[in-house]
Amino acid sequence: MDGHGAEVTDGTASTEQRTRRPRPTRRGVPRGAALALLAVPVVFLGWFFVWPVTAIVGLGLAPDGEVELRVLTRALTDPSVRSVAWFTLWQAVVSTALTLVVAIPGAYALSRQEFPGRRALQAAVTVPFVLPTVVVGSAFLALLGPRSPVNAALVAVLGEAAPTLDLRRTVTAILLAHVFFNYAVVVRTVGGLWSMLDPRLEDAARVLGASRWRTFREVSLPLLSPAIAASAAIVFLFTFTSFGVVLILGGPGRATIEVEIHRATTQLLDLPLASTLALLQLVAVLSALAVYGRLTRRAQQQRLVAAARTRRPPRTRGERWFLGANLAVIAVLVLSPLAVLVERSFVTATGYGLDNWRRLLVDDPGSVLAVPAGEAVRNSLLFGVSATLVALVVGGLAATAATVGRGWVTGTVDRALMVPLGTSAVTVGFGFLIALDRPLDLRGSPLLVPLAQALIATPFVVRTLLPVLRSIDQRLRDAAAVLGASPFRVWREVDLPIIGRAVLVAAGFSFAIAVGEFGATVFVARANLPTMPVAIFRLLGRPGVANFGQAMAMSTLLAAITAAALLAIDRLRVGSIGRF
Amino acid sequence: MLTIEHLTLAYGDTVVVEDLALSAADGEVLCVLGPSGCGKSTLLRAVAGLEPPVTGTIHLDGRDLAGLRPDQRDVGLMFQEHALFPHRTVAENVAFGPRVHGLDRAAVRQRVTEALALVGLAGTEFRHVDELSGGERQRVALARAIAPRPRLLMLDEPLGSLDRALQTRLLEDLPRVLSELGTTVVYVTHDQDEALSLADRIAVMRAGRIEQQGTPAELWRGPRTAFVAGFLGLDPVFELQADATTVTTPWGRVPRAEVSDAGAGTGTVTAVLLPDALRLAPSHQPPADDELTVIATVVTRRFQGDHLRLGLHTDSGHRLQVAAWRGEVPDVGDTVRLAIEVTGLHLLADDPDR
Repeated sequence: MDGHGAEVTDGTASTEQRTRRPRPTRRGVPRGAALALLAVPVVFLGWFFVWPVTAIVGLGLAPDGEVELRVLTRALTDPSVRSVAWFTLWQAVVSTALTLVVAIPGAYALSRQEFPGRRALQAAVTVPFVLPTVVVGSAFLALLGPRSPVNAALVAVLGEAAPTLDLRRTVTAILLAHVFFNYAVVVRTVGGLWSMLDPRLEDAARVLGASRWRTFREVSLPLLSPAIAASAAIVFLFTFTSFGVVLILGGPGRATIEVEIHRATTQLLDLPLASTLALLQLVAVLSALAVYGRLTRRAQQQRLVAAARTRRPPRTRGERWFLGANLAVIAVLVLSPLAVLVERSFVTATGYGLDNWRRLLVDDPGSVLAVPAGEAVRNSLLFGVSATLVALVVGGLAATAATVGRGWVTGTVDRALMVPLGTSAVTVGFGFLIALDRPLDLRGSPLLVPLAQALIATPFVVRTLLPVLRSIDQRLRDAAAVLGASPFRVWREVDLPIIGRAVLVAAGFSFAIAVGEFGATVFVARANLPTMPVAIFRLLGRPGVANFGQAMAMSTLLAAITAAALLAIDRLRVGSIGRF
Repeated sequence: MLTIEHLTLAYGDTVVVEDLALSAADGEVLCVLGPSGCGKSTLLRAVAGLEPPVTGTIHLDGRDLAGLRPDQRDVGLMFQEHALFPHRTVAENVAFGPRVHGLDRAAVRQRVTEALALVGLAGTEFRHVDELSGGERQRVALARAIAPRPRLLMLDEPLGSLDRALQTRLLEDLPRVLSELGTTVVYVTHDQDEALSLADRIAVMRAGRIEQQGTPAELWRGPRTAFVAGFLGLDPVFELQADATTVTTPWGRVPRAEVSDAGAGTGTVTAVLLPDALRLAPSHQPPADDELTVIATVVTRRFQGDHLRLGLHTDSGHRLQVAAWRGEVPDVGDTVRLAIEVTGLHLLADDPDR
């Protein structure tokens, strides 16, 4: 599932040498062992994914035990369902297109241009990707509301007569939030490939007489197409199944299927409708994944060079202008929502102050939460750590099986583990609620939260570990063995140091995802054990400056936790966060 | 006609080319010869407009290239390792230049056919560049560079990534193609064999400056510095004492007027033996007047196919090499007599950097 099945060479070996050299084969792992490794992931996926999803399908198609297509056809011909489906589709298409248009130039600036602070900025733009959707929703609520800095600026420029811009509950807000959220996916995926494309290909086109734009269109764009297609497919999936952002920023007529599933379950108590919607969503997601799989399989082998050699400082006026424009986009689009979020967390009924933070961390008189806010923080951390451990075990075993296994094992594991990534979190949470009464009744158990979070995080663990495991050169193992190392020693001295960092990266990443997980958690978290995202959502649902301020403070804290996890792993430079 | 004056190029604070002057006449093949990292590729990139100069001017056929973008300069550049577009066929690669110059389809096709025929690749139009061998890729890259008919063709280590046998074969082919083109050519390489066999003129480059220029024969017979001599494969370099009239070698004194001189001073000077100046002297032959006699011991014998290369230690502690062709070849450990032609003793100019 690597975005561009390409291999990095140091740029000195000729293509002939590279392609004709026989690849050493891996030996010594019987198929049985690979299958044994798969036992845990298979049971986990079967119990916590396949079974709940099957239950949803069953509920949708056969509410009374017999298959009744009437329910399905009724739901599908229902104009409101169709309008939800239509909205979901077009906002996803537009969000994806907008993200590509904004982020592809950004990918060039961050991957091919060298400037002071580039690394820090690259890490900073990745932060939104791990931000909980609820936090993104709150940030845009703060940024686009009537008392936002945008409006303050308008008043400052135009005087009191300035129109008040209130974009809350509009499609614009949703689209902006989606671009904010997915900017990093495109920048990382496309930029990752771009930074390794031989810059001489573009130079050659220029010398042959092509303008910059023509060079981009005819040389860079076709070469980048695998990465662009892969990132577009992922952004489409994420925006198609968008939940937290739409729940907070959307409104009547602005709901995705995901939000409607939530509404049908929690407000309308119409489980057949929820099941039908979940089914619809599942079909759409599987189709998108199939397209994604096809697009990434088509990826051609390309001659790549070390990233450091392709980066250079802007030298012409045009190049400086281009960099400046992209930095401005990043500042406005990516950094300003985060800045406003922090700023709002200090706004109280009586001006700036620490009240929100005091109530959040110290004591909490009259909160709308059932428990002190500090407990939500504790719950989140505990659940997050447990979910990370589960995801590491499940994902690690699956990735190992996919590496040592052969033929269909590898391919099947690879694909099967991507399905939960595309399946909506809400579907998972909803499925847990209706299905996990057998064989053990887990529905009231606090275990459900980390299990749901682990299910969402596992694909990311696999995505992080698999490329690293596969990249270990068999000749390294051979060399160690010839030098006298036993098989265990080979594993300890060659494999372990190489995967060690990748495991840390996977851990940090799944922790960030688990802590911020909202869609599934909101279904399965018990009222007295809220996590931070659930608490934020509850606070945002109540009127009052104090509640809003406290939601902002908690969002800031949550953003800080996930960003810290991300920045910690970014230092390890395994470099696959947000890259597809 | 390419004229470069006072050209300085830098990457950030690192000066790569400094105050360089160089020119190539119409139709001339100019080889820029130098070790890797001497700035020769950067020089080509600057002429192509890919690197902005810090100072200096570049004129092509009287036109100042300053401020022109690469696509406005009308030059061709064949990149190191070729940089073929991997997503296009052979014909599409070659057609790229003519096409972006706005030629119509028929004219583009004509150019592609001509260019491929010239490099001997007619009929490969629809092959994918991934399917080509190294030599074919090199030819496609050349065809692509010449298809827009540039005023100046620049080749950056075109044979660098190929194996030795292929290099030799293409080296036999390349002069024909270049002369048929008739374009001014700047050819960059680190390989003296390539330079000597292709160039009308060679400019030896060292650390961002031109150390010496001249025809291959001029350089071969009269390297100015030890660097040029060493780079052309003339060794060893050894030290001698010289005054205004006499040169004192470990093997005897000779009049200074008789030796070859690149502008050495007096006192301790450096010198090389020009090619063919040293030979094995048959023991029965008396030394000629214009020769110095050296007694040395054979320490190595290297088989070179049609001859043997002997490594020798002289009594004076110098290491020499000499080719032994046929007949009686001495063994390792044998003492032999060598003759140095006095006119082949070449004094080098003082090199402040050594």
